[in-house]
Amino acid sequence: MHHVDKAIINQLQDGIAVCDNPYLDIANQLGVSEDEILVRIQRMLDDGRLSRFGPMFHAERMGGGLTLAAMSIPENEFDAVVEKVNSFPEVAHNYERNHRLNMWFVLATETPEGVADTIKKIEFSTGYPVYNMPKQEEFYVGLRFTL
Amino acid sequence: MQQVLAVSKDTPVMPLSLDDDQKKRLRALIQDGLPLVEAPYQLLAERIDSQEQLVMDCIAQWQQDGLIKRYGLVVNHHKLGYVANAMVVWNVDDCEVDAVAAKLSSFDAVTLCYRRRRQLPEWPYNLFCMIHGKSRETVLAYIQRMVQEGQLHHIEHKVLFSTKQYKQRGGRYVSKSDSRDGKVLEGAA
Repeated sequence: MHHVDKAIINQLQDGIAVCDNPYLDIANQLGVSEDEILVRIQRMLDDGRLSRFGPMFHAERMGGGLTLAAMSIPENEFDAVVEKVNSFPEVAHNYERNHRLNMWFVLATETPEGVADTIKKIEFSTGYPVYNMPKQEEFYVGLRFTL
Repeated sequence: MQQVLAVSKDTPVMPLSLDDDQKKRLRALIQDGLPLVEAPYQLLAERIDSQEQLVMDCIAQWQQDGLIKRYGLVVNHHKLGYVANAMVVWNVDDCEVDAVAAKLSSFDAVTLCYRRRRQLPEWPYNLFCMIHGKSRETVLAYIQRMVQEGQLHHIEHKVLFSTKQYKQRGGRYVSKSDSRDGKVLEGAA
């Protein structure tokens, strides 16, 4: 990866400045033009190296519901069930994992009550139970990658 | 909420903060990302019929109040070569959770550490942490080191690697009743 791309990633994971010309500030720090910064960020968004650029709101404080849920789905039905589960707009991430509980997804709902409602709907739609594992305490969030 | 106005006889009235409708519109606009233009806050202000300073004040306030949890770029770890994504789950005595969580969180490669509700009898694990690495071997070796150094031998744990990613979006929520009333939700529950 180009060293300027790396520098942009390392720098902007920690935060974007709230000022008139935030990209000019980054450009000055990295010794390149503002245009180059804008083009490089857009390119990394387009090719998928960046999944997001901007604010991440706090679901619960915004009045929403959030949980991690798991299901145990027979291998030969997995694709069909994952399609049903992912058709719910409340499903954010969905990963297959190597365990008897093999489907793990995040539910983000408009209201706290929406979590239970959506789980019921998913159980009804798929015919399999959903194990709800809401967060009880958050000890650490440092999701950051230094390149 | 009524808009706060600074009234003057000679100059047009200048609002001191965004009104509720403008806040909703701003939230919806930035949920997909900050615009990539030289003056992004000015552009946002034009879109919601307000002023750059008020937009910046509002976003700064959301950060201060903790409504915005993170404000920066998020990388797709898979695309950057961190292809081994392990969820390590531990079955910890309730009275020991705080101490174990503190140990786990002290390791560099641990990116998230949450206590979650058990689902007995199917699922006895109550402490979850995430480790991203470039290969399964390095992640497994790292977990061994954590067990050794943290003296966690007595705690049953399991390593669940992701074998496929089916959906990843930014935890975006747009209410069906009003597409402008956008809520953005944190993705990593």
